[in-house]
Amino acid sequence: MSIDKQDVQKIAHLARLALTEDDVDQYQHSLSSVLALVEQMQSVDTDGVEPLSNPLEMTQRLREDIVTEENRRDAFLANAPKTDAGLFLVPQVIE
Amino acid sequence: MFKQSISTLAQQLRNKEVSSVELTRLFLDRIQQIDPQLNSFITVSDELALQQAKAADERIASGNATSLTGIPIAHKDLFCTEGTLTTCGSKMLNNFIPPYESTVTSRIQQAGGVMLGKTNLDEFAMGSSNENSYYGAVKNPWNLDKVPGGSSGGSAAAIAAGLAVAATGTDTGGSIRQPASFCGITGLKPTYGRVSRFGMIAYASSLDQGGPMAKSAEDCAHMMQAMAGFDDKDSTSSDTLNDDYLANLNAPLTGLTIGLPKEYFGDGLDANVAKTITTAVKEFEKLGATIKDISLPNLQLSIPAYYVIAPSEASSNLSRFDGVRFGHRCEDPKDLIDMYTRSRAEGFGTEVQKRIMVGTYALSEGYYDAYYLKAQKIRRLIKEDFVNALKDVDVIMGPVAPTTAFGLGSKTSDPVAMYLEDIYTLSVNLAGIPAMSVPAGFVDGMPVGLQIMGNYFAEAKLLNIAHQYQQQTDWHLQTPTLPEGAQA
Amino acid sequence: MNWEVVIGLEIHTQLSTKSKLFSGAAVGFGAKPNTQTTLVDLGMPGALPVFNKEALRMAVMFGHAINAEIGMTSVFARKNYFYPDLPKGYQTSQMDHPIVGKGYLDVTLDDGTTSRVGITRAHLEEDAGKSLHEDYQGMTGIDLNRSSTPLLEIVSEPDIRSAKEAVAYVKMIHSIVTYLGICDGNMAEGSMRCDINLSLRPKGQQEYGTRTEIKNVNSFRFIEKAIYTEIERQADILEDGGRIIQETRLYDPEKNETRSMRSKEDANDYRYFPCPDLLPVVLTQEYVDDIKASLPELPSQKAARFQSDFSLSEYDASVLSSSRAMADYFETAYGVVKDAKLTANWVMGELSKLLNQDQLDVENSPVTANAFGELLVRVKDNTINGKTAKDVLQAMWQGEGSADDIIEAKGLKQVTDTGAIEAMIQSILDANAAQVEQYRASDEDKQKKMIGFFVGQVMKASKGKANPGMVNPILARMLKG
Repeated sequence: MSIDKQDVQKIAHLARLALTEDDVDQYQHSLSSVLALVEQMQSVDTDGVEPLSNPLEMTQRLREDIVTEENRRDAFLANAPKTDAGLFLVPQVIE
Repeated sequence: MFKQSISTLAQQLRNKEVSSVELTRLFLDRIQQIDPQLNSFITVSDELALQQAKAADERIASGNATSLTGIPIAHKDLFCTEGTLTTCGSKMLNNFIPPYESTVTSRIQQAGGVMLGKTNLDEFAMGSSNENSYYGAVKNPWNLDKVPGGSSGGSAAAIAAGLAVAATGTDTGGSIRQPASFCGITGLKPTYGRVSRFGMIAYASSLDQGGPMAKSAEDCAHMMQAMAGFDDKDSTSSDTLNDDYLANLNAPLTGLTIGLPKEYFGDGLDANVAKTITTAVKEFEKLGATIKDISLPNLQLSIPAYYVIAPSEASSNLSRFDGVRFGHRCEDPKDLIDMYTRSRAEGFGTEVQKRIMVGTYALSEGYYDAYYLKAQKIRRLIKEDFVNALKDVDVIMGPVAPTTAFGLGSKTSDPVAMYLEDIYTLSVNLAGIPAMSVPAGFVDGMPVGLQIMGNYFAEAKLLNIAHQYQQQTDWHLQTPTLPEGAQA
Repeated sequence: MNWEVVIGLEIHTQLSTKSKLFSGAAVGFGAKPNTQTTLVDLGMPGALPVFNKEALRMAVMFGHAINAEIGMTSVFARKNYFYPDLPKGYQTSQMDHPIVGKGYLDVTLDDGTTSRVGITRAHLEEDAGKSLHEDYQGMTGIDLNRSSTPLLEIVSEPDIRSAKEAVAYVKMIHSIVTYLGICDGNMAEGSMRCDINLSLRPKGQQEYGTRTEIKNVNSFRFIEKAIYTEIERQADILEDGGRIIQETRLYDPEKNETRSMRSKEDANDYRYFPCPDLLPVVLTQEYVDDIKASLPELPSQKAARFQSDFSLSEYDASVLSSSRAMADYFETAYGVVKDAKLTANWVMGELSKLLNQDQLDVENSPVTANAFGELLVRVKDNTINGKTAKDVLQAMWQGEGSADDIIEAKGLKQVTDTGAIEAMIQSILDANAAQVEQYRASDEDKQKKMIGFFVGQVMKASKGKANPGMVNPILARMLKG
């Protein structure tokens, strides 16, 4: 299965990656070769096989409903590219 | 001194033959002197290391030391370390100082381990050669023209070169075992859920597992004593009781049944590597083990299943790197979409972007069933292969990789060819079982690793088997000679 | 053309846990930005979620309350999209295996008719943070306090056919979740938010028209108004021969109109897959049964009990059981006075009037249910009459003390001493001799009309304290002479 340039652009948009024209060419090629590699799965009969998400097939543990964390805003904001008044700042969002 | 085992060093520290500060200085000096050739460290945390060493000396003096107290250890740079740069090998996290400590590094710290610094890796652990690092490729101490393997290449190279006594690594598809094999050291990928993933920057959550890398199985056992065990901060952490990893190292191997899967010795395996593995297996017969031929029929399918599941999970795990709360943000974004797309395109390397896109595609509408769901079904087939095989045999042995370390740059032009090299390691992660790489000989001066795979939570057994082998052989004691006279 | 409206609702209910769905951060409204966050809520690299036990219990309680199948194995999935207030780049939600499966509610409308609204599912998910669009250096500010707050999203079938029915349904959900104590029901603070899916089709047509989704409507009144205005908008387009575009819209209460939102994700492809950081939530039958057994009385059950135990009318019973606080108030006051009809009349009458007047919820009534009951005891035992009781309640409302204190202090005790009443009547009759003559000369019909005059005089003279029940017969007897 190969993919075309438009597919690459669509995927890149979903994944929020800015690609140049050259990048699109390159990824079209490299994504196609990965998809070709994984294509061999399709020949395997998996009817009736349950998908496996977690190797141990454990079940979810539950946490007590208690507040265990304190306010550490300053430490958490320290890595942010841009902040003001305790907020993370991003380019204006228009709704 | 830098070649000693953890047990010996712990004894010497307790006997005051050496202090942790002296030992730490020795390693820091070696890093300064030797690492410029290897590039195995991204960050060397001198000051912190000496502080921790001083505290360790005090703890040893007060008489409540563990075997790791005062031992200089390096951490793969994807474990979050509070206050110390954690890059994950990416430009994206070029300036990321975590506000918290991962469970693994915190447990080693609590045991008294001294952190020398953070080791190089393939970006976000995606790679098998350590060439995908924003901070430059790592070189193999046995031959500077060759790769150390990946993604935990920095940890493997540092141990092989005597720049750290032991190190942490992570293994999603072979990232502990393959570099251990290429660099001639011992590495253990524990059962999925045995070592906490809290604070480990995720690549593929259902496959990732942290583990120890060291010179010997015994040293790995010392590391596991501190690292392993239930963590209530990780929902996928197993609450199965921990074994004592040191207690049974010396148990005899009589009666052990070893399975050799025919699929591990087929086409594509280098003949000399095959010979080395076969010789190693014979050594176990001498120790009282029985050999049995077995089959893991779906082995070949582990490559496609892995290259769907891992990128799919990664595509979602890496969405948090959006330039909002941490990590790289592009200059002067003109709007939101521009900020996202440029920050991510600039911050992630080619291989990472490629895997994000593969995963995005595999999960997208109309393709989910054909890719992701199909891969998960195949994952079950692969798991069942192991479960069935391990009903008849105690452990499974085979090579870690089809060849010894390859040349730097020799496979970068064809990434898919490099994916195929992971054939012997991927299935273990898909099944979630534990496996080790143990030095078993050399081909043309380059180390070869023997892979030992066991049943769920059989880490103590694997360490026992590897330790017994290392009592009979000295492959793990070999050290490379570095150019310019620096002795490794 | 005659259009039929088809409505389905998605109600996001914030569960009133102490900590977040996947972290130990506090949940609360109005905290300073980003002070109620943890590594997990911020999506820090390496942070991992652990599921809150209480959120699970609350979801199962709700499932029982709507007669639903409980998902014995539920699975968290990731819904992937980029938005600045969505820190991980995905929302942890439930897709194929929700905690609550198919259920239903029987909704009673004001006209007394009942209709059944199917509930497709209810699933647990984490809330996102908030984008603040005030100008911060020309940028948008992100506050992640709300991130990872537990939500139960309740999805109805497209069974609703009018704005009134929609509001009745939402009110019923509101009353259930507050009865269960799983949500504070505070719509102004966003504890309940409603997405309205609405389409029109010609009456009699089977297939659905194209729908629009109106996001985040957060009051009963706005739900009703948003539906009316959207019906009108769609009908106008359809009648002009136009087509409805499937899109997300926003209701603007100031302009009373809906407008198109710039789409969050132009090509919606959320790439759901099971969250590998969380494992399947598996319940035992015992766990589910225990929750069912310990479920509090629900509004409909309470209304039925009020009718059978207290002989209240269907209307009274439904008003008094509409909120748990109101029902509790009623039952506590009843416990003091032991007269259901009297309590019902006063709770629904004077008390509600005063609450409305001061815009208070019954929880915040300045007069407690017990104190209110004590007032009613004095009405019942004729210490004061109804009119005086209203004045006493007013004084109690102002914090002047208990009913008895006020009655005592103001000397409002009703006169029930026959001798005293006779004396009072005698002086009135003496002072109005002419009227008495006239009365005695009149026929019975005329007399009936005239007696009011004398009662009024007596009440005036007693300053309202004479018991009217006693005044009437005594007066009638004495007038006969």
